[in-house]
Amino acid sequence: MQSMSETQRSGPAIAALALAEREDEVFLTLTVAGQTCSIPVLLVRDVLGPQAITPIPLAPAEVAGGLNLRGRIVTAIDLRRRLGLPSADNADKAMSVVVEQAGELYSLIVDQVGEVLPLPSGGICPNPPTLDPLWRDVSLSVYREEDRLIVMLDVERLLNIG
Amino acid sequence: MVMDDLLADFLTETHEGLSAVDEALLRLERAPDDAPTLAEIFRQVHTIKGTCGFLGLTRLEKVAHAAETMLGLYRDGSLKVTPEGITLIFAAADAIRQIVLGLEQHGQEPEGDDAAVIAALDAAARGESAALPSAPQPKAEAPLDATPAPNAAPIPAPRTQETAAEAAHGESAAAQQTIRVSVEVLEDLMTLVSELVLTRNQLMQLARVSSDSQISVPLQRLSHITSELQEGVMKTRMQPIGNAWAKLPRLVRDLANELGKKIELEMRGADTELDRQVLELIKDPLTHMVRNSGDHGLEKPADRRAAGKPETGRILLNAYHQGGHIIIEIGDDGRGLPVEKIRAKALAQGLATEAELAQMSEHDVLRFIFRPGFSTAQQITSVSGRGVGMDVVKTNIERIGGTIELRSKEGRGTTFTIKIPLTLAIVSALIVQAGGERFAIPQIGVVELVRVGDEHEGNTRIEMIKDAPVLRLRDRLLPLVSLSALLRLREAPVGGLKGYVVVMQVGANVFGIVVDRVFDTEEIVVKPVAPILRHITMFSGNTILGDGSVIMILDPNGVARGAGISAEGRAEEQQTISVTGGIRSDSSTSLLLFRAGDHTPKAVPLGLVARLEDIPVQRIEMSGGTPVVQYRGQLMPMVPIAGHWEASASGRQAVLVFTEGQRSMGLMVDEILDVVEEPLLIQPGSDRLGYLGSAVISERVTDVIDTVYWLSHAGGDWFRGDRKSSASHQKPRLLLIDDSPFFRHLVVPALSAAGFDVTAVESPAEALRLRDAGAEFEALISDIEMPEMDGLSFARNVRASGAWTRLPLVALSSRAEADDVARGREAGFTDYVVKYDRDALLSSLHECLSSPIAA
Repeated sequence: MQSMSETQRSGPAIAALALAEREDEVFLTLTVAGQTCSIPVLLVRDVLGPQAITPIPLAPAEVAGGLNLRGRIVTAIDLRRRLGLPSADNADKAMSVVVEQAGELYSLIVDQVGEVLPLPSGGICPNPPTLDPLWRDVSLSVYREEDRLIVMLDVERLLNIG
Repeated sequence: MVMDDLLADFLTETHEGLSAVDEALLRLERAPDDAPTLAEIFRQVHTIKGTCGFLGLTRLEKVAHAAETMLGLYRDGSLKVTPEGITLIFAAADAIRQIVLGLEQHGQEPEGDDAAVIAALDAAARGESAALPSAPQPKAEAPLDATPAPNAAPIPAPRTQETAAEAAHGESAAAQQTIRVSVEVLEDLMTLVSELVLTRNQLMQLARVSSDSQISVPLQRLSHITSELQEGVMKTRMQPIGNAWAKLPRLVRDLANELGKKIELEMRGADTELDRQVLELIKDPLTHMVRNSGDHGLEKPADRRAAGKPETGRILLNAYHQGGHIIIEIGDDGRGLPVEKIRAKALAQGLATEAELAQMSEHDVLRFIFRPGFSTAQQITSVSGRGVGMDVVKTNIERIGGTIELRSKEGRGTTFTIKIPLTLAIVSALIVQAGGERFAIPQIGVVELVRVGDEHEGNTRIEMIKDAPVLRLRDRLLPLVSLSALLRLREAPVGGLKGYVVVMQVGANVFGIVVDRVFDTEEIVVKPVAPILRHITMFSGNTILGDGSVIMILDPNGVARGAGISAEGRAEEQQTISVTGGIRSDSSTSLLLFRAGDHTPKAVPLGLVARLEDIPVQRIEMSGGTPVVQYRGQLMPMVPIAGHWEASASGRQAVLVFTEGQRSMGLMVDEILDVVEEPLLIQPGSDRLGYLGSAVISERVTDVIDTVYWLSHAGGDWFRGDRKSSASHQKPRLLLIDDSPFFRHLVVPALSAAGFDVTAVESPAEALRLRDAGAEFEALISDIEMPEMDGLSFARNVRASGAWTRLPLVALSSRAEADDVARGREAGFTDYVVKYDRDALLSSLHECLSSPIAA
C-alpha cells in the first residue's frame, strides 16, 4: 500500500489518472528480474510483503504454494518461474500482489511492486514478434515510456497453468 | 412427511410469488409495454401453475393456467395490455391467494368454484371483451371484503373474519415462521464462522503458552460461544434427507409400471438432517441405486410368487445418524446379487484369475460390481444394465469422503450401506508431518496409529519386500505408503523407515501411511483448492491451522489410488493382507525363503512367522547350554536351524521369531532371502526331522520346514499344559479331516503336543468309513473346502445318523466370513475356527470337550 501513497504524491500521475476516461486503463507496475511489467489495477486486491508460504507437493512448478490472507487461502504463483526466469537471490524480500480471478485469490510473487499509473493507449505497442513465445503468450502488449518498456501482462493467461 | 415439507415450501414460495406478481402488475399498469415486467409476471404464474400440477392441486392449477394463457398472449404481443386485463390478472392472483390460504389451514384445497374468473380470463384471452365483466369485479376486491361468500360465488372459499384479516395484511402463518435466506448469505456466514473458529484456535494456542490466567476465563467463554455459533450456523445449512428423496416415490411408481413389477417404497428417517452441500452430492447416487434396486434387485410378481415371497417387492431407504456420520441404507428384498455370475464375469473380463477368485470371500467377489464397466444385467433396459453405474456411485460417494458397503444374499435381497460425513465444511483431522511439511488426514479413515522404529527400542519395524515397505500388524501384512515418497517431497531413506504409521481404511482396503511425526487432532475448516490445483488427486482441500499456516488436506482415496491400493482397481492386496487367512496347499501362499546350514533354500509360510529380527551377536547369551536373547523384557530361547551354533565375536544374526501368547522363540537362520507368493506343493521327502518335505519354489528345490518340530525344540513347555494333561489322564481322541498334507503335517503335531491323540485322514469318505467301522473319538475337526465331499456335506452326514451324531465338530477353514460361519453352523458344526489359528483351535477344543455335548 506504500506504493499507493507514493502515487498520490506524484502530481502528474494524479492528473493522468483524472484524464483517463476508464478506470481499467490504470495499471500497477511490478518488477521481475529487472523487467517492469504491469497488471490492471482493478484486479489487484492486496499488496503484501514477504509471506510464509506453504509449498504444495505435486503442484505445477510455477505454484509457489499457499498463503493465508486474513483467513482466505491464496495460491501463490512465482512470477519468475512463470516467465521462465531464474529464481531470485533474495527470495525472502519478495512481494506478493494478490489478484482475484473467477472468485479465487492468487498471489503473484514479484521482486518489487512499483506504482499505480495510467497507460494511455497512445503508448501501447504490439508485442515484438521476436519476443520469447512464453512471454508472448502472457503479454498483451508493450507500453513505451521514455526510460523503460512495460510488459502489459494478461492476468488470466498468467494463471492459466497446467 | 416429505409431502408436508414440499407443501410448506410451496406455500412459502407461492406467497412470495404472489407478492411479486402484485408488485409487478402495479408496475405494468403504469407502463403496459414493459416487456421484462410482463415476462416476470408470466414466469411467476407459470411457476405456480407448474408446482400445482406436481402437487396435484387441480383447482389452483386451473386458475393459474387461465391466467398464464392470457399473460402468454400479452407477452407475445398478440393481445394488448389493458387496465381491465390487469384487473383480471389481479383477480386471478387473489383467487390463487384464497386457495393457498385454505391450503395452509386445512392442508388441502378448499371447496369452491372459480368458473367466473376462469371464464372471464378465457374470454379476455379470446379478445372477446376487453371490458371487465361484472362477475369478476367483486373478486378483485375480495380480499378486502370480510363478508362470507357463498360457495359458488367468485370468492373461492368460505372465510372467517380472522383469515380475512390475515389476508388483508398479506401475511400468513407460513410466512411468519420461516424466512428465506439466500444460500449466499449462509455461505458467507459459514466462512465468517470458520474464520472465527480459526482465530479462536489461535488465541487458545497463545493462551496455552502464556501464563496469564486473567484471560483464560473469558477465553473459555469465547471458545464456548464460538462452538455454539458454529453449531448454529451449521444447522442453518442442514436439510432433511427427505428433500433428496422427494422424487423417489414417483420414480419408483413409473419404474414399477414400466417393468411390470409391484414395488413398495418405504422411507425411514427422512427427517435426518445433513449439510445441503452433501445432500446435493448424494442425490444422484441415491436415485441411481433405488433405480437399480427396482430394476435388477426386485423380481417380477410371478417370480416372486414362485419364490414364496409376497408379490410386492420392497425397497427400503433408511437414514440415521451415527457418531458424526450419516448412514444411509438402500435395501431390497429381491433376488440378491448373483455371486456365481459375478465370479464368471470377473473371470471373463480378466479382473481376476481363477485361483484368486477361489480364494476370495463372497463379500470380496460382490465388490466387483463397483468396478468400472461391470454389469451383470443380462438385458439392457432403459433403466439400467449399461455397466455405468455402481462405479460412478462409488466414486461420487468417495469424493465426499464417504464409503459404500454391500450385503447380499441370493434370494433374499441386497442392501447397500453408505456412510458419509455430516458436513464437508468442518472435519476432525490428524495433523502429521512428512518430509518437513505438515498435512492433515481426515479422521474418518484413520483406524489407528502405530509407532515404528528400529528394534532396539522394541518398536515394530518396517520391513521391505523388494521395494515395497510392509508392516506386520497383528495377523495381517499391512502395505505401506511413504507419504514423503508419494508426494515426492524427498527420497525416502532406504531401509530405515521410521516414525509413525497411520493405519487407514478406505472401503475394503487397509493400508498404512508412513509419516515422520504426528501432532494433534484439530477441527479444520475444509476449503477447496484453487482450480489450477484440482488435478492433484492426493488432496481433498486445504485449510488454515490454529497457528495461521496453510496446510493441505490429504484425500485418503486419492492416496490409496496414487499408491496403487484399491480393491476396485487391483486385486492383489486383497491377498497380501490376509496372509494367514488363505493358507492352502493348492492355492497361493506367502512364503518366506531363507538360507540356513546348507545351500538349499528353506521356506516357511509367512503367516506363521511373527517377526523377522536382526540381532547383534553380542546380545546372544548362553543359558543352560542353550542360546538365549533378552527380547522384549523376556528371555527368548534361540534354536539354530543348522543344528549347531557357535558364538562369534561380532556380526548380526538373522532370526525368525515365532510367538505363542506371551512367549517367543527365535529360529536362527543364516540369511533371509525373499518373500514369494506361490502355490505350495510339498513332495513328502525323506523323513528328515524338522522338515515337512521339499517343494519347487521360485524354480528351485526348497526345503519346507516343520515349524512344530522347531517350536517343540525351544522348550518342553512350549505348548501350554501339554505334559500335565498327557500324564494325568487319558488323552482326548481327535479325528482331523483335511485334504491338504501340509495342514495335516502342521496341525497333527501341534495338537499332539497339546495333549491330544490325533488321527488324521485326507477325506470325509475315509472318516465316514472309520465311523462305520466303529472308531471312537471325542471330537472331530474338519476342513471345509475338499474335493468330492466338502466339510458341510460331511457335517450334515455326521449329524444325520451314526455313532457320531452328538460329537463336537469343529470346522477349520480359511474362510471365516460371517456368512461362512452361519452356513457352517447350519450344517451342524459346533464351532468354526480360522485356518490356522492354533490358539483359537485349542480353546475351541477345550470348550467343546468340557461342554455337556461331549458327555
